[in-house]
Amino acid sequence: MTSDTALSVVFGDKISDEINDRVNSLADSLKKSGIKGITELCPSYCSLTISYEPDIISVNRLKRKINGILRKEMSVRSEDSVLWEIPVCYGGKYGEDLDDTAKLLGITPQELIKRHSQTVYKIYMLGFLPGFAYLGGMDSSIAAPRLSSPRKRIPAGSVGIGGQQTGIYPMSSPGGWRLIGTTPVDVYNLKREEPILYSAGDYLRFIPVSEEEFESIKLQIESGTYTYKSDEAVRK
Amino acid sequence: MIEILRAGPLMTIQDGGRKGFADKGVSQSGVLDNRSMNIVNILLGNRKDEAVIEMTMAGGDFEFQNETFFALGGADMGAQLNGAECRLYTVYRADKGDKLTMGYAQKGCHGYIGFSGGIDVPVVMGSKSTNIRCGFGGFEGRKLAAGDVVSTGAPVSGITDNSYSPETENTDEIRVLLCAQNYMFTQKGIDDFLSCEYAVSANYDRMGCRLEGTAVEAVNGMDIISDAIAFGAIQISSDGMPIVMLADRQTIGGYAKIGAVISTDIPAFVQHKPGEKIHFRAVTLKEAHKLYRKEQKFLRKLSEKCQKGR
Repeated sequence: MTSDTALSVVFGDKISDEINDRVNSLADSLKKSGIKGITELCPSYCSLTISYEPDIISVNRLKRKINGILRKEMSVRSEDSVLWEIPVCYGGKYGEDLDDTAKLLGITPQELIKRHSQTVYKIYMLGFLPGFAYLGGMDSSIAAPRLSSPRKRIPAGSVGIGGQQTGIYPMSSPGGWRLIGTTPVDVYNLKREEPILYSAGDYLRFIPVSEEEFESIKLQIESGTYTYKSDEAVRK
Repeated sequence: MIEILRAGPLMTIQDGGRKGFADKGVSQSGVLDNRSMNIVNILLGNRKDEAVIEMTMAGGDFEFQNETFFALGGADMGAQLNGAECRLYTVYRADKGDKLTMGYAQKGCHGYIGFSGGIDVPVVMGSKSTNIRCGFGGFEGRKLAAGDVVSTGAPVSGITDNSYSPETENTDEIRVLLCAQNYMFTQKGIDDFLSCEYAVSANYDRMGCRLEGTAVEAVNGMDIISDAIAFGAIQISSDGMPIVMLADRQTIGGYAKIGAVISTDIPAFVQHKPGEKIHFRAVTLKEAHKLYRKEQKFLRKLSEKCQKGR
């Protein structure tokens, strides 16, 4: 029980692909089920929180419906998953902390870019800001502590490392992550039919691009001609 | 249309909230006191979760630019229409040039003004609510300021005689549902939480309300693997103080939750000003749902009564 209008299905107590897959599978199955009275589905690392209207569906009926889905073969989330290719221009004015972070880690900036961009990341959940993805799978050798004094304003599209995590700032925000690059891709865009580009359960890969490519993609996005690179049903 | 001549400290356009986007990390937003919004809208012939202006701690001054029907709800801010006192939950007619003036909240914390025909602002992700932190929704994604002109919809006919007299209730007892994460707290912690008085602190905004009182004892720290936060969820911060999470809360958080204020008691809770005291009482889910259905029934009845007048 989470509140009188929300209940949570808890699948485990650690951050793992297997547990998170089940969370997102149940979210998908419930979305497809069209059960009346469900107002919101909020997946997180280990649990799915389901908001409902108690006068439309009783808690017991909702629980029966959920158990029914859990008993049946749940749709395998990764079959519907999308792999998003996110172009990133690393270093320089696009990633002010790249050189310092590489130095701190005792590797070259090129090596840091390589290790950051060779991984396929899993989107465990979205939160903190609209479209902010909590990614799993970062190479632990490039983990770096947050900045001691956070920046007041980090521009939208910044790609950073904060502790064991990496991610993209979907909109400008204060923040303490080390900025290593910027993507021209608008993860969050209110003018788009789907304002948030990706969903929990999807995968993401960073593709290093040059300054020229960055500016060219930015123009394509502004003029609405950019094709968001994605591949359906790509497994790790 | 209505022009803001003078804005209170925090006036935003809010409706029943942005629902269905929590999985994308988008906060719910919406009014803090749903009940006041619902009643105001029903009196005005609107959908019960239509957008209203929410005013925290103090109201503003307004000038009407055309014939408008409005009603006030929530905190009493001593509103006057051209110098004549306005009661809460009563439909008033204003003409071009009429002035509505307000002061500090005398009783309650958040006041509401609704307009028959609603407020005409773009719907962003299914809602007219302002998300100030992210700068979208409502009026240009920000709080209202002097000089802003807010468009109101076409008034609904036959609503002029609508009014409602709220019953006075003891609102210092806030009912809560203890939640599954309460294993994180010691029995003493839970007992203290349910028996001690807590004061609303000055650390109170649309995201959450921090309380001050007896620290709630945890078994072993407050950190959990981040999960969803419900409206009214009570997080315990690292120093043991409860924080009631409200409309603008983030979708996900990493503090343990001892329980949640039941949805029908959130309106009473949020109307407490900093310094005012409350205490919690645990109820069962069954009781909470009974109260929920009773509230829905009350709103349906009020709606039927208001429609009969038409």
